[in-house]
Amino acid sequence: MTTRIDTRFAELKQQGRSAFVTFIMAGDPDLVTSLEIIKALPQAGADIIEIGMPFTDPMADGPSIQAAGLRALKAGTTLKKTLDLVRAFRNGDAATPLVLMGYYNPIFIYGVDKFLVDAKSAGVDGLIIVDLPPEEDEELCLPAMRAGLNFIRLATPTTDDKRLPAVLANTSGFVYYVSITGITGAASADSSKVAAAVARIKRHTTLPVCVGFGIRTPDQARAIASTASGAVVGTALVDVLSGSLDAEGRATSKTVNAVADLVRSLAQGVRAAPQAAE
Amino acid sequence: MSLPLPNSFRTGPDERGHFGTFGGRFVAETLMPLILDLEAAYIAAKADPSFMAEMKGYLRDYVGRPSPLYFAERLTSHLGGAKIYFKREELNHTGSHKVNNVLGQIMVARRMGKKRIIAETGAGQHGVATATLCARFGLECIVYMGAVDVARQQPNVIRMEMLGAKVVPVQSGSRTLKDAMNDALRDWVTNVENTFYCIGTIAGPHPYPAMVRDFQSIIGEETRAQMQEAEGRLPDSLFACIGGGSNAMGLFHPFLDDPSVEIFGVEAAGHGLTQLHAASIAGGRAGVLHGNRTYLLMDDDGQIQDAHSISAGLDYPGIGPEHAWLHETGRVTYLSATDDEALEAFQLLSRLEGIIPALETAHAIAKVMQLAPKRPRDHLMVVNLSGRGDKDIPQVGDILKGRQK
Ligand SMILES: Cc1ncc(COP(=O)(O)O)c(C=O)c1O
Repeated sequence: MTTRIDTRFAELKQQGRSAFVTFIMAGDPDLVTSLEIIKALPQAGADIIEIGMPFTDPMADGPSIQAAGLRALKAGTTLKKTLDLVRAFRNGDAATPLVLMGYYNPIFIYGVDKFLVDAKSAGVDGLIIVDLPPEEDEELCLPAMRAGLNFIRLATPTTDDKRLPAVLANTSGFVYYVSITGITGAASADSSKVAAAVARIKRHTTLPVCVGFGIRTPDQARAIASTASGAVVGTALVDVLSGSLDAEGRATSKTVNAVADLVRSLAQGVRAAPQAAE
Repeated sequence: MSLPLPNSFRTGPDERGHFGTFGGRFVAETLMPLILDLEAAYIAAKADPSFMAEMKGYLRDYVGRPSPLYFAERLTSHLGGAKIYFKREELNHTGSHKVNNVLGQIMVARRMGKKRIIAETGAGQHGVATATLCARFGLECIVYMGAVDVARQQPNVIRMEMLGAKVVPVQSGSRTLKDAMNDALRDWVTNVENTFYCIGTIAGPHPYPAMVRDFQSIIGEETRAQMQEAEGRLPDSLFACIGGGSNAMGLFHPFLDDPSVEIFGVEAAGHGLTQLHAASIAGGRAGVLHGNRTYLLMDDDGQIQDAHSISAGLDYPGIGPEHAWLHETGRVTYLSATDDEALEAFQLLSRLEGIIPALETAHAIAKVMQLAPKRPRDHLMVVNLSGRGDKDIPQVGDILKGRQK
């Protein structure tokens, strides 16, 4: 099985650079604006798009992404509407890989089998589900693989060499290295430590290793992209989006451009990085 | 419901933490290695006679166990049916059953070399117990408490602070117990290297539900022996209130394989089951939150709904996974009591027995008031007096004053 994610990493390898991965919450601050933002991302330099599935109780997220999820829910976003958003994006873009990221309960309630069919047909390529460690692979990871979707696992500073093989076993697409112990939006990682961690993971897998949590500036993005196969930015984009809203939390004429501008400058950071060693 | 019945209700969970289809380990990868370490440390502690002996010593001399099994003579004659006994957990040091579990977990934390303890709390009883044992063992203590609960359980906030704990008011979500648990989990993910998360009920990822149940099972074990001594036989029915379900499981577990014992858990029905409430078995369905699969209050999209109960300790949209399984197998019957029923029971017990119960506990009393009159006089009924009501006096006083006007 080859997904858009695999194809994209193969292309980037040929171009000799790392991937820039962006995270945005579906339906933040409303579904129409959120579709416009997502449509603007590839143009602005995003190589892979992660779309958050809002959840009331995001226990691994900091205040920024918590607030983004609540804005999205308030605007009426549901898992079904998130899939509609993906479908709408796919109508105009057949190539950019899309990864849905979130928590298990809304998928469990939607129904795992139905979700996998609907996600695949909408044009989703991969899933990152924060609260499904390898111990729970039978829930969604194995069915997703059978359905032709990548299940992208998080590895963290606490995932030691003994545990890494279990974490990597059913991972596909790429490995997402969470560079800090903490929630989204917390402190930035020290790039030399990240380089060592990426090297350690690379000893166990041939999959691309992307790094996220704590990357906010083009310089940080460049530093990470020079050691990893990709740099993931989420909270910084959500913050700029939130800063562009009016007092009632509604989108303004600045919202889409504010996000796109930051994506553009971060993408330049990633593109300025010397390619990470394979 | 018609599931195949197991040979025993007491052997769960399986090695992956499942009670039937419930339980499990639904947590972020950052926490998994620590949860596996905790499981190993707990298994080793349980098998270590010196650990068990030390715990027994503290339970006797520091907590004040065994707690009495008391014949509630005036309540019995007032209700005119079953013979009612109280298991007096409210007499424990710190005023509730919570201390049984906290002592066990703090001793495990010490074995693991953890010096920083975090906890979530609703009513503040678990927070007070955690603050107390952290003071006793010289450990740093941080308690997450919903801002709504900080306001309605002020006496316990002051107690925790006097004991040297830092109380963090949680402003996210509904600002009650669920949100306190979210923020405690966020702290744990961040400070995983040096921090032990002391969970206050039989919820969370495996091994917590089993570990907390084991530490609380002393309630039922003592009850069994005490009832044998008082009446020469097993009780006929058991009652306990349910937030996450730890005081209930502590009483129930040693009796699960005695088919003659009827078992009732009492959830909080808040304003009533058709309005805002906290009865996840009566009004919820299976889902995944806070590390386990269990019954939860949620909408059609799988978004968790806010619970409501007059009692902060029951104001949680979930229930421990073992209860979810005992419900599906039919071994335990789950009832619910409204805010008003609990308030009435709170007052009745205060006046008839001279015991001011916690509002949580009053929910169990409310169902005893309904069912005891329907049972014969030789029916032996035990209710877990899970906590005392000192913390609720300002809140209940205000409510009653408001109603007189
Ligand atoms: C006195 C008392 N009883 C019961 C509870 C509910 O918890 P659980 O269901 O775990 O016993 C609490 C929780 O705060 C409590 O303080």
